Amino acid sequence: MAGPTQSDRQIAAQPKDLPGWGMDADPENDPTYPMKHANGADHQRLDYEKAPQQPLDMEILHSIERPNVTRVFGTSTPPKGLSGAIRRYAYKFSEATATHWMTLILADRVNVYEGIIEDLAHGIIPNLWVERGWRAEWKVNRAGMIQKMAVGALAVTGAVMLISRRNGKKARMSARYR
Amino acid sequence: MLAMNFRGPYRVRADRNRPDPEIKHPNDAIVRVTRSLICGSDLHLYHGMVPDTRVGMTFGHEFTGVVEAVGSGVQKLKVGDHVLVPFNIACGTCPFCKQELYGNCHEANPEATAVGGFFGYAHIGGGYDGGQAEYVRVPYADVSPTVIPEGMDIEDAVMLTDVTPTGYQAAEQGGIQPGDTVVVFGAGPVGIMAARCSWLFGAGRVIIIDHLDYRLEFARNYAKCEAYNFKDMDDPVVFLKKATDWYGADVCIDAVGCEASGDALQTILGKQLLFEAGTATALHWAINSVKKGGIVSVIGVYGPPWNLVPMGSLMNKGITLRGNQASVKRLLPKLIDHVMSGRLNPKGLITHRVPLEEVPDAYHMFSAKRDNIIKPLLIPPRAYAA
Repeated sequence: MAGPTQSDRQIAAQPKDLPGWGMDADPENDPTYPMKHANGADHQRLDYEKAPQQPLDMEILHSIERPNVTRVFGTSTPPKGLSGAIRRYAYKFSEATATHWMTLILADRVNVYEGIIEDLAHGIIPNLWVERGWRAEWKVNRAGMIQKMAVGALAVTGAVMLISRRNGKKARMSARYR
Repeated sequence: MLAMNFRGPYRVRADRNRPDPEIKHPNDAIVRVTRSLICGSDLHLYHGMVPDTRVGMTFGHEFTGVVEAVGSGVQKLKVGDHVLVPFNIACGTCPFCKQELYGNCHEANPEATAVGGFFGYAHIGGGYDGGQAEYVRVPYADVSPTVIPEGMDIEDAVMLTDVTPTGYQAAEQGGIQPGDTVVVFGAGPVGIMAARCSWLFGAGRVIIIDHLDYRLEFARNYAKCEAYNFKDMDDPVVFLKKATDWYGADVCIDAVGCEASGDALQTILGKQLLFEAGTATALHWAINSVKKGGIVSVIGVYGPPWNLVPMGSLMNKGITLRGNQASVKRLLPKLIDHVMSGRLNPKGLITHRVPLEEVPDAYHMFSAKRDNIIKPLLIPPRAYAA
């Protein structure tokens, strides 16, 4: 990947030779105060004391906007399966691209189904009543929940009736032309 | 151990079979959690709106706990210390930490350079398991974790890990001058705290805007501010212009972020189609409601990649737009003083205390805004262990 050339960096490293360099600098013109206690440390760039590197004993994806992983990192849920493959692809793109983020969202959705399969493989049947908090809903909003369930049941019944009527009509039509 | 386990959007589980955390780095500590909170920003994860939120992760970035073990490089923290753990994971030595931008550490999050390292906030926050659990691994243990001052209520302490500094920084970023009119969009815990903290900076008038009457009533009582429901208005921007002599507010604070209500187009594009990173309705209103030359402070959480906001107004009105994750460690000394002297009462925002075993119920209640909930607290079964 192309980066700044050495000659460009050398020119940029000698701005103090330019007439008027820094003349109008105003330390009080700092909209980041007091969030940032400006001390020039960010001009040191890579020249700072770093903690030892956490051993890289698992797959950690890192942004291509940095050269490597950070000195510490989280070890929760390393990439695996189909969602992991999608995530690996997403991390080929920078954080500035929609491809990176949208692909990660896709991986998340795939991961949900992987989670269900993993649960079933371990003999766990997801308890939606508990996991979705419906137990609490039943306690604090029983009337609303019953109303929602009734509306849902009505919609499902209506849809089933509509589909079966259409199917019946189709069957009658095809019988007529057979 | 027992821990919250994310299984997909709107599905979480209290899982008793999670592995205990281990020391992975010389500067790590292991903390036994005594209290943890669910944050409004956890709901963005819960709703499946944050990219790279992996099934099996434990959320939670607001917690207190007792140090159970330390790595060989830890010098300040000792086993047995009862600490509050700021939500930022910060190395303390990178250029950003050295300038007290602890929410922007350069050595805590490999996955996203735009974001610092946070506990339990997907892989966009560094992939760390969080504090809605019995035990947590705490990296850089000598930097941010702070021993809870003697005499401080544990519920005040846990509220100092995020919501209080975040609300405070929202007001601080506003550059509030004595007599200023401050408008806070969003009467969630952070918005209410931002409204309360605006008075500390000398605001002359504080107005909070939301669409839930119970939250507005809570904010009115807790933050002693004006509170209005935007559902009762034809146009919130015109309402606020009229309320400020047609000038606009001096400072507007967006304390909502990416799941704002109030605009059908934003809702369709941001929540249903995910063509933008959630809804930027509050930010849109903030930019339009602030005066020319005013300041908009963004503390609500937005995800990548973009949002629809009126950049033309930002430029034409000469608005200063400021935002950041709260730098908890920087703010703690001042906030501890405010709490210990009784000027701030963070625990007053906690409305629900729930055993960790019932974490799915707490998420649902908070998400669906049931039972007049403002802030839910989780109590792990080992919280009281000797």
